[in-house]
Amino acid sequence: MIEVTNCNLAYVQGTTSVKIYSDFNLTIETGESLVLIGPSGCGKSTLLYLLSGLLRPTGGEITIGGEPLKKTRQQTAIILQEYGLFPWLNVEQNVRLGLKVRHQPQRVYQSLVDEIIHKMGLADVRHHFPSQLSGGQKQRVALARALTLKPDLLLMDEPLSALDALTRERLQELLLEIWQEERLTTVLVTHSIEEAVYLGSRILVLKNGRPTEIVGEIPNPLVGQKGYRQTSEFFQKATYIRSLLEGGTAE
Amino acid sequence: MKQGQDIVQKQLLGYFGAGLFLLALWQYGAWVLKTPLLPTPGAAIRATLRLLHGDLGAHLWISTYRVLASTLISLCLGLPLGLMMGFEKKIDRFLAPLIYLLYPIPKIVFLPLILLLLGLGDQSKIFLITLIVFFQILVTTRDAVRKIPSETISSLRSLGGNRGQIYRYVLLPASLPDVLTSMRLSMGTAIAVLFFAESFATTKGLGYFIMDAWSRAAPDEMFAGIIMMAFLGVGLFIIVDLLETFLCRWQHVNNRN
Repeated sequence: MIEVTNCNLAYVQGTTSVKIYSDFNLTIETGESLVLIGPSGCGKSTLLYLLSGLLRPTGGEITIGGEPLKKTRQQTAIILQEYGLFPWLNVEQNVRLGLKVRHQPQRVYQSLVDEIIHKMGLADVRHHFPSQLSGGQKQRVALARALTLKPDLLLMDEPLSALDALTRERLQELLLEIWQEERLTTVLVTHSIEEAVYLGSRILVLKNGRPTEIVGEIPNPLVGQKGYRQTSEFFQKATYIRSLLEGGTAE
Repeated sequence: MKQGQDIVQKQLLGYFGAGLFLLALWQYGAWVLKTPLLPTPGAAIRATLRLLHGDLGAHLWISTYRVLASTLISLCLGLPLGLMMGFEKKIDRFLAPLIYLLYPIPKIVFLPLILLLLGLGDQSKIFLITLIVFFQILVTTRDAVRKIPSETISSLRSLGGNRGQIYRYVLLPASLPDVLTSMRLSMGTAIAVLFFAESFATTKGLGYFIMDAWSRAAPDEMFAGIIMMAFLGVGLFIIVDLLETFLCRWQHVNNRN
């Protein structure tokens, strides 16, 4: 379980201090797939940075599994916007970098790296550099790299936003599959309503403004069911989220 | 690998063609000017081959050693310091004003002083070239590091990378193409400075050889020295080019977009 308690975060702009988060509270249950949706600039990505430990709150506390979060955590993987791949490394080198950085001996991790590269459908491009890959392939590399770390928490910052519709749907299926198979806790930031309903077991709608506020919390228990995209519940949730985003009151 | 060999072959062919073109131009100039000051390429090459049996090889070697040693020292000092200044804001704030004051000062004017302090041997030449090339590498590396998107660094930190690993896996590979470009440019500077430093108060090196031939009014021997100087320049240029081809392969792949 992840608990964000009375978190504050501010940055200084000129002489004034702008609050991004002020006494912000959030609980994320183990194994849930939380989706954060909101307009650009509402602090969604910042929340991921806070949860990953890359950014420290100026006040308050974040605990993961009861442990206070002081710095980046071994079992947390984050996929940043633009995938965070290293252009000078080929696909395989990118995938195994996390393990290398953690000083795992190569004979131990090579079989894991091979397995994940195959699972992600990257075997044919394993010696390609990122500049030679399509957006969908880059995203798969980023996912593969995250999975090699055997994370219990996977944070994703608009992972599919730059992809064409079909690639996007295929990767949504893949994300759902990974979430269900690995029993991960995932937090995903998106600005696509449809993606939020398709992938989130709970959806938080954030409001544009300083400080950031949660304007709606939508449980989504049917997530992951076959054919969910075509059901009326799916459309109801999507319509409801749209109304929240447009600033209408929830009735 | 195959692709790398193709690139090298094409480059060699290009160099060969350009060399022929320059020789033709030279020959034409010699015919038109008809002055003993500009020997024909044939005469210069004959002199070169004759002198290589003598001591020209030794002069070439000593000059090569001076340029290589100073470039390596500059790299060993400038690269780590540049990476550090680019990444550690505190160090940069302290050192940047100093570097910016020192960088534009023409270091070559210190040659007389350096000769007095370090003597007439290799040390003074190597020191002077290093003093100049070091700054070029330092400033390029620092600027290259500052161009790296902060997300790339976050990405490594999120994988669990510590400070040392950020240097090794992000800052160094990301700045390498720029560093090698600055080395390529520095080679030209280094050889120019070398010539100047070798042209007086010494009896070794190609600079000395050229000026000595000049004072003895032996233009074909002078051109033998110039040809060797050119070989030295082109040779070093090719070495950096090859390094770039092999160390920065990701820059040479055919991009999808």
